[in-house]
Amino acid sequence: MKAFAELLDRLILTPSRNAKLRLLVDYCRTTPDPDRGYAVAAITRDLDIMNVKPAMVRTLMEQRVDSVLFQYSYDFVGDLAETIALIWPVHGAEQMPDLKLSPVVEELRSASRSDGPKLIEKWLDQLDDQGRYALIKLITGGMRVGVSSRLMKQALGDYGGKDVTEIEELWHGLKAPYLDLFDWLDGKADKPENLAPSPFRPVMLATPTDEEELAKYTPSDYIAEWKWDGIRVQLTSQRGVTRIYSRTGDDISHSFPDLVAAVDFDGSIDGELLVGHMRNGKVGTGTFSDLQQRLNRKTISAKKQKEFPVFIRAYDLLQDGQEDLRGLPLVERRKRLELFLQHLPTERFDLSKQIEFSQWNEIAELRLNPPDPVIEGVMLKRKDSVYVPGRPKGPWFKWKRDPMLIDAVLMYAQRGHGKRSSYYSDYTFGVWSGEQDNPQLVPVGKAYFGFTDEELKQIDKYVRDNTIDRFGPVRSVRAEPQHGLVLEIAFEGLNKSSRHKSGVAMRFPRISKLRWDKPASEADWLPTLEMMLN
Amino acid sequence: MEPEELLRPTPKGLYCPPAGFYIDPVRPVDLALVTHGHADHARSGNKKVIATPETLNIMAIRYGQDFAGQRSSAVFGEVMDINGVKVSWHPAGHVLGSAQISVEKDDMKIVASGDYKRRQDPTCAPFEVVQCDVFITEATFGLPVFHHPDDRDEIAKLLKSLEQFPERAHLVGAYALGKAQRVIALIRQAGYHEPIYIHGAMQQLCSYYESQNIDLGRLEPATVDGGDKAKFAGKIIIGPPSAFADKWARRFPDPVSCFASGWMRVRARTKQRGVELPLILSDHADWDELTQTIKDTNAKEVWVTHGREEALVRWCELNQIKAKPLNMVGYEDEAE
Repeated sequence: MKAFAELLDRLILTPSRNAKLRLLVDYCRTTPDPDRGYAVAAITRDLDIMNVKPAMVRTLMEQRVDSVLFQYSYDFVGDLAETIALIWPVHGAEQMPDLKLSPVVEELRSASRSDGPKLIEKWLDQLDDQGRYALIKLITGGMRVGVSSRLMKQALGDYGGKDVTEIEELWHGLKAPYLDLFDWLDGKADKPENLAPSPFRPVMLATPTDEEELAKYTPSDYIAEWKWDGIRVQLTSQRGVTRIYSRTGDDISHSFPDLVAAVDFDGSIDGELLVGHMRNGKVGTGTFSDLQQRLNRKTISAKKQKEFPVFIRAYDLLQDGQEDLRGLPLVERRKRLELFLQHLPTERFDLSKQIEFSQWNEIAELRLNPPDPVIEGVMLKRKDSVYVPGRPKGPWFKWKRDPMLIDAVLMYAQRGHGKRSSYYSDYTFGVWSGEQDNPQLVPVGKAYFGFTDEELKQIDKYVRDNTIDRFGPVRSVRAEPQHGLVLEIAFEGLNKSSRHKSGVAMRFPRISKLRWDKPASEADWLPTLEMMLN
Repeated sequence: MEPEELLRPTPKGLYCPPAGFYIDPVRPVDLALVTHGHADHARSGNKKVIATPETLNIMAIRYGQDFAGQRSSAVFGEVMDINGVKVSWHPAGHVLGSAQISVEKDDMKIVASGDYKRRQDPTCAPFEVVQCDVFITEATFGLPVFHHPDDRDEIAKLLKSLEQFPERAHLVGAYALGKAQRVIALIRQAGYHEPIYIHGAMQQLCSYYESQNIDLGRLEPATVDGGDKAKFAGKIIIGPPSAFADKWARRFPDPVSCFASGWMRVRARTKQRGVELPLILSDHADWDELTQTIKDTNAKEVWVTHGREEALVRWCELNQIKAKPLNMVGYEDEAE
């Protein structure tokens, strides 16, 4: 538990992806089975153990600590799990032999609900404060350490010298503590066979492109499709098990019971998950903000399901019954897909249509005037491309619509993390609103990339020279009509937001240019943004 | 005699009416008794200062030779008479030269402990328990959540990270007086003998510690000659915490920011400061040390100052010891 607890604490505080990977790889290298497998499962949230409510742990604690002292402590620390871990009145556990993670997990798996408190009390007595914190996070299911399931798989790949897509493909057939996986990664056994129904098939990704690059390729080698602004999913159904995967292989089926219920086939479809939306009496394609009503939810009410029905705009077929189609050229797969879709309910599955064209400039023009506001660009795919995992350069391109641009004024700057901890590198910017003769800045977004290292130094200097107030790591920067730094902000879309004072929220904002030349008074106004709402 | 007749809190600091002195005054007074050299306890501009020789030296380093009109050395264990009040000095174990001050008249003995800790520290004399009627205790870490771990484990975390990230500089934030030298001494005890690089602000105090026969090993200035960043890869650099947000920190390759402080116990504080590797090392007593010390002194009454007074007062109530908070202002220890 000591090594696991230490790992969690370091992951929470480590900002850099590479440093996280190193911590995870080192942990796998130095920790024996089955502990390391359980740790991996805890981090990817694939560990199926008895869940305990924080209130139960609190009750245990109240029998040991004066409630007034507890309240003072909780007020100071601010986090219940941490307060309990720190205040638990047993010291000297540092000297005791380390309690292993595996017996804890195994006992929790087999324990009945009524055994819970006794077990937990016993362990809390045996652990030091760091271990207690890890235990409480483990049993209350609050393992938020800034490591995605994808990053964990990457670390496992790094550890065993394997490609991450191989791990993704296997993942849903594996069970904690992953002994067969580690044997393979350690070179002691063959790759485990994936016996699970409906496994994830690592997805094929496109590289960004532009007109200049496309000139090197022959238009007739490619087909074109619209790039819809939804989320990329893979819907697989085999042997009666239906799963919807995100493009990184996370199982997101639980958010879409309506779509799962509509599945009655054997196969695997690659497509864009979108939400339907009533518009002018017709069902149209909903925007990304409509779709957000359905994302990242544990459960989804019947009302939401009805209001925001989801469907898949299919563009590829990877599996048809017993047949793996991934080795066929794209045009063949498209034909099979069209046939396959004929038997599927049209309100849940439709075909991503091809765009007719003969020259690249036709595509360039269409891209500027797409027939639907929910289109964010075009996809170009080689007709003879087989389906391979990862992002090979050449067979598939995405050519996105140009980003939206506004000129905003820098308002606040916050110190960065890691490499950037001595730089003010996270910027909040605003646009003007209110009366023409008494304009006020209202914050509309935050960005922390898009500039070069040299530009970062310049902005950092500007922030330090123009600070008017400080709150912890944040500085408030002078921003008036006659004095302020104008930033050109690029973003992918704008949604309505009741959580922001400005009423709008940007998607994927970044700094595209520093407008040292532009007076702050000439930055954009909020109504300009409101007109861009989609 | 009531204890308040012998020592009482005033806006200038703890005042002893029969003798006319103040302990750790926050504003200039005629006669100041100073427990230790940290800036919130030792200030310049008093007419006369009495303190241990080390504290007087530290004050001279920080404020210049003219920090007080007159100065007088106090020796541990000796009793001095100030206008009929018996005053004696005892080690507090906080930093080099730190003292508790015992004040006694008639049947009343009060010990003002200043800042203190109980665990072993290679850079200063260990805390001495003094039996008294009233014990004045600090409460910087006066909550039962504060339990400082073993120093050696914390140093081991640092050394492990050096091995794990040999291409990154390890920047350790540490208070310039006391903490910095203790961290260095602990690193040496753990068997690390590479040069340690120090920020300019620590130079004088480190030299002073060395002149007092405290071995800190090889120290080098953390300056870059000819822009050679790479020489700091996998090295330990010690600087005041405030310097980390400063341009100073940019000379180091991809630094791991570490902070040696008792506050690192609380994860939210660690995160808020952008610390990547917290080292829980404190020069103050933790909760168990505070409560144990109160018991050890056999004091009938406890006065609690600077920190989380209410929790320690509550503990005294639960243990049937009379206690009150002093509510004195001007003693802050955020950088501890």
